Amino acid sequence: MPIRSPTISADLADSTAIKHSRRSAGPVVIEARNVDKTFRVPHHRVDSIKERAVHPLTRIEYRELHALHDISFDVHKGEFFGIVGRNGSGKSSLLKIMASIYRADAGSVRMAGRMAPFIELGVGFNPELTARENGVLNGVLMGLTRREARRRLGAVIEFAELEDFADLKLKNYSSGMMVRFAFALMVQADADIMLIDEVLAVGDAAFARKCMDVFHERRNAGKTIVLVTHDMVTVQSMCHRAMLIDDGELKFIGDPDETALRYYRLNFAGPQRELPGERQPLIDFNAKVISATLRDAAGAAIENVEEDAPISIDVAIEAARRLDGPSFVFHVRNDDGVVVFSFTTRLDCGVAPGQRVRLTGLIENRLVPGRYFLDVWVRQDDSETVFALQGLRLLAFVVFGTGSHDGLVNVGAEIDVSLEP
Amino acid sequence: MTDQALELREVPGPSALGGGRRRAFELLIEIALNDFKKAYFGTVLGYVWSVARPLLTFAVLLAVFTHVFHFNAKVHNYPAFLLFGVVLFGFFQEATMIAVASIVGHEAVVRKTQFPRLVIPLAVVCTTLFNLALNLVVTFAFIIVLGVSPTWTWLLLPAILLLLFVFTTAVSMIVSALYPRFRDVSIIWAVIAMALFYGTPVLYPIYVVSHNLRDVIALNPLAPIFDLGQRWVTEPSTPLPSAAVMGGPVRLAIAIALYVAVCVLAVWIFRREAPRIAEEL
Repeated sequence: MPIRSPTISADLADSTAIKHSRRSAGPVVIEARNVDKTFRVPHHRVDSIKERAVHPLTRIEYRELHALHDISFDVHKGEFFGIVGRNGSGKSSLLKIMASIYRADAGSVRMAGRMAPFIELGVGFNPELTARENGVLNGVLMGLTRREARRRLGAVIEFAELEDFADLKLKNYSSGMMVRFAFALMVQADADIMLIDEVLAVGDAAFARKCMDVFHERRNAGKTIVLVTHDMVTVQSMCHRAMLIDDGELKFIGDPDETALRYYRLNFAGPQRELPGERQPLIDFNAKVISATLRDAAGAAIENVEEDAPISIDVAIEAARRLDGPSFVFHVRNDDGVVVFSFTTRLDCGVAPGQRVRLTGLIENRLVPGRYFLDVWVRQDDSETVFALQGLRLLAFVVFGTGSHDGLVNVGAEIDVSLEP
Repeated sequence: MTDQALELREVPGPSALGGGRRRAFELLIEIALNDFKKAYFGTVLGYVWSVARPLLTFAVLLAVFTHVFHFNAKVHNYPAFLLFGVVLFGFFQEATMIAVASIVGHEAVVRKTQFPRLVIPLAVVCTTLFNLALNLVVTFAFIIVLGVSPTWTWLLLPAILLLLFVFTTAVSMIVSALYPRFRDVSIIWAVIAMALFYGTPVLYPIYVVSHNLRDVIALNPLAPIFDLGQRWVTEPSTPLPSAAVMGGPVRLAIAIALYVAVCVLAVWIFRREAPRIAEEL
């Protein structure tokens, strides 16, 4: 069995410890039963009385948007619980129902203990007030008296590292400072249950590290954390259990790795939406791409590849000028623009203008999960010089999976480990 | 850690006063104080402006109604009468106009926390009430300067203020709860507020109006409040019984009924809308 990732980062090392320290489930602190939520979205929004008055008899037609349907789950004390799903899947609505911001149409949510929400990167600020004033307001909102809230504020500002900006109005804060402050407030509220929506999407690495430290510390203190996120790395490294929601329905609940894998399948294996801006051809006066297709083992066209599955390509290129014995240099680039590997193939004959060249084949897939681009350079090898005629973007695709994201590729390795006698 | 089952409590969902009265009260004070500080310490002339505005309005109206309409000849102590009315109506108008967009203005809080929704318009009314208290100090100084001597009936004025405060709160609740759904409430309310200004005995005492017109004015719950208040300030000799007020018990009864109706409507609308406001924003 090859070891997939020989290097383990500090983050992942910690999180492994969490998972292994998992004990028998504590008592239930959040109990959701058959939660339903439907938003009524008018076909065209009627938000003036005039429109109502002009057409008093026409019923406003609503499109019913089933945000959540029959969601039931339990979260146990001390658990780090992830909620994942695509945009618009209903996961944030669910969190808002848990946080008493939306009301469920049916079903119930019950909780034990004090709850602190952290939604849309904030805890609800008034931008016209200073950090200090907002801090007190938030403390009161969390159920402290005004005096207690004022007393705790020092610790909050210190935690957020905003000592020099405490009397600045929040509208003058950078988004990073705002998030830091909001997070500090939520942490200092010392609630039993934290409901967090996408906290790690912004903020620098140091802040992300700090969040992680807090999560670990709270978790050890027996607090419960519910995290809504798109980031499967966080889910896999931090959560004890995770839940996948799609189209308002609960699709899976349990092991975070399994949840992440199902999330990836949902995202990348389904019918692909066109991603804008990714398939624009480069200038193609010497050759142009007629078609470029990714196929799976069975030969069906796919848009994305699961990790370890071979990448089969089928490309047609039309020459715009005469090519004598052209070479085709393929580059596989990752999202950072780094060429992960490259390979060349050559056609030993001339190509007339307008004639098409077909390139098919199989690429061994050792790519770590992530986004990739396949480019090809059409090259003319003259007797004296070699020059590239044309660079072409062939494909943009995602390799999805739950394996290690470290490094660029997974090469096989077999390491025996044993104690020396 | 015990494995004993913990007591689970229903998550209540958003509401007008969710999260307990004590918390709502603390929040109300905190928000009202912040708004007040902002108004008075944010600008150099903060306090000066808040006093100057009703005084300037008063000066303009006084000029028009004494020189053009010669009200000062018909009405005893007209300048004092007018000043008191303008300051009092200024409170109602300012509070309700600010309240219209108040919930939308606190969007971040409403969308991200279980914030007791009622606190928001209530804080606006409270802030404006502080404002009124300060303005009344100046107003009464002026009234004395204008030649009206203080009387014991001035001590009854808190009753008037309470009635006005409750009504202002009710109207603020209605407009602030409807505004997220119907954005033209702000425009409509501006027009209604102006109509109310002329339909309330602020510029004129009710007894100079013809009987037919009084029937219309009687529909306005603000009318008896202002009528009574202005009598207590400027005409302590006028008899107090309710029969004198509004020129008849039937008219007064209508006004009281409407007053109560508006308050009930306010509670009903606000309770109905409060759970949904976060979704409408």
